[in-house]
Amino acid sequence: MSAEASTDRREFLKDSGKWILLTGAATLAWDFVVEGAPEQAPNYRASDHWWGMIIDIEKCIGCGNCVRACKAENGVPMTDDAFRTWVERYVVMPDEPEKPIVESPNGGYDGFADLKQYGDGAKVFFVPKICNHCAHSPCVQVCPVGATFESPDGVVLVDQTRCLGCRYCVQACPYGCRYIDPRTETVDKCTLCYHRITKGLTTACCETCPTAARQLVDLKDPKDPIHEFMRTHKVNVLKPQMATGAKAYYNGLDGAVR
Amino acid sequence: MHGVQGFMYPNELELQWSILIVLYPYLTGLVAGAFILASLERVFNVAAVKPTYRLALLTALAFLIVAPLPLQMHLGHPERSWEMYVTPHTTSAMAMFGFVYLWYLMVVLVLEIWLDYRKEIVLTWRSSTGLKKLLYGAMALWSDNISPEALALDHKLGGILTVIGIPSAFMLHGYVGFIFGSIKANPWWSTPLMPIVFLFSAIVSGIAAVMLIYMATCKMRGKKIDMLCVDTIAKYLYYAFIVDFTLEMLDLIHRLYVADESLMALDFMVKTKLFVSQIVIQIILGTLVPLALLASVQLLRWSAETRKVIYATCGMLIMVGIFAMRWNVVIGGQLFSKSFLGYTTYKLDFATKEGLLPALLFLIMPLAILWVLLKLLPPWEDDHSHAGEIRHGSTTGV
Repeated sequence: MSAEASTDRREFLKDSGKWILLTGAATLAWDFVVEGAPEQAPNYRASDHWWGMIIDIEKCIGCGNCVRACKAENGVPMTDDAFRTWVERYVVMPDEPEKPIVESPNGGYDGFADLKQYGDGAKVFFVPKICNHCAHSPCVQVCPVGATFESPDGVVLVDQTRCLGCRYCVQACPYGCRYIDPRTETVDKCTLCYHRITKGLTTACCETCPTAARQLVDLKDPKDPIHEFMRTHKVNVLKPQMATGAKAYYNGLDGAVR
Repeated sequence: MHGVQGFMYPNELELQWSILIVLYPYLTGLVAGAFILASLERVFNVAAVKPTYRLALLTALAFLIVAPLPLQMHLGHPERSWEMYVTPHTTSAMAMFGFVYLWYLMVVLVLEIWLDYRKEIVLTWRSSTGLKKLLYGAMALWSDNISPEALALDHKLGGILTVIGIPSAFMLHGYVGFIFGSIKANPWWSTPLMPIVFLFSAIVSGIAAVMLIYMATCKMRGKKIDMLCVDTIAKYLYYAFIVDFTLEMLDLIHRLYVADESLMALDFMVKTKLFVSQIVIQIILGTLVPLALLASVQLLRWSAETRKVIYATCGMLIMVGIFAMRWNVVIGGQLFSKSFLGYTTYKLDFATKEGLLPALLFLIMPLAILWVLLKLLPPWEDDHSHAGEIRHGSTTGV
């Protein structure tokens, strides 16, 4: 009898702890998260979501928080040629709008050095880049074994246990969003922090952005601010001529950005 | 550190496809070209090239055996490559590789060679002892029926296979061109001309390779080169080369005239990073010089000795030129950023997994395999009276 009581007490404390420490949604999903299958959680139905991101160029200050948070959260190699997200700084001279001066030292991980040499005449802005989680992904199309796939909720993911490391997808991505992880010899890319968003959390880059220049959006959620944002802002995607169905929507995207 | 000029997306700093991927279109191109030359005799009845018929088939086989090896070596997980066969992703051009390859290897090439050599294999099996007997018995699949009816059937089937083989050879290499041509993210690759350019350059390189191998083997065996044969090969080489060069120039002129956004990056690259490999090696040394030499043979009356020197020179220049073409496509296509705002550098290592040393080994390996094949299945009609009889007899019979 006393053993039963102590089990009940332990369960009660555990459950209470979870409810106190975690949000309601995360609590319901917790057991599935522990099992490594968060998408199977009863409160997360993949078909109810269609994920994307709003990136407001006018708000980005180039601090590099997103890059650092992403590398830390996702265990991205700490080299200067492997990024799930990175930030570029564009300097556009008024007389040469088609020849911007672009840099992204270490992907913007360490922020950017002061700009003085271009004077006041230059237009300067930061462009955070991330996988566009395209609805018609060229990377998914070319993968010979289907290791890269689109999830039902609109996230392009890689099954590292299937990937051959042939790198065809790296060639096919028009945005340069993929890299080979030297530790696994397989391709890696932004997962839109799938392990977080399926628990009701936002991505690491959005979480740490001090100016809310990035916002995770759910295009299937009628209450999501994305709908109002799209109505009231001049929004574009990168390289629209590629017709990839990109879902990283940029506000204030200059024509010089590639 | 990465040899970058201007801006590259950070993930683009290192090239993903190395010299091993350059070898892939180069080797498959030689296979397709050699097979097309063989089919000249078989399907189009160009009797003059008959001395190279079997040699061309064996050359195609030797190169085809090696063709997938650099790809396999390049993979991060070569042990998973079989998944392309068992769970192919149907929208992927690359997923079809295994099927195209196996079809060509097993259905076309191996079967055609087997049917063509079956009588000699059986005769050798019957007349030999010990291990050799076992080997040839296995090669004959322990079937020793070489009755005239059986041989006539062999010949008929071989003819059908060659007819199937020509579109298959086109598919094998046109497909390789499609792998590159269908990548819309890369303007250097993305053109519907790519499969056709690949195909004709393949025919050129394959014909040149067989011509060189034929001349070299004649010299090594102390036999006289059949000048009618090499003259005819050189004539077809010249025709194929004109088509190939025209297509490549069409592509270039189209790019220059349309002058879209990517031209600035590509134009700069051709003038700097690819100047030697594209302008000097591919276009001048690898194309214009051999074209002029081959044209001179058609226009002037050179002596047989001079023609031999011309053919040997052309053959070698073409082999280097087509390799440079593959290099410029594969490596060149990765030297510029997809932002069109910068360029990176390809650093070729030597004794590493994707270095120059394995690449050289993969280039030598087909020749070693060919040497073994020539020992197992001698293609020389002057040495084997059987072969001449069979082929001559059955040609008139069908």
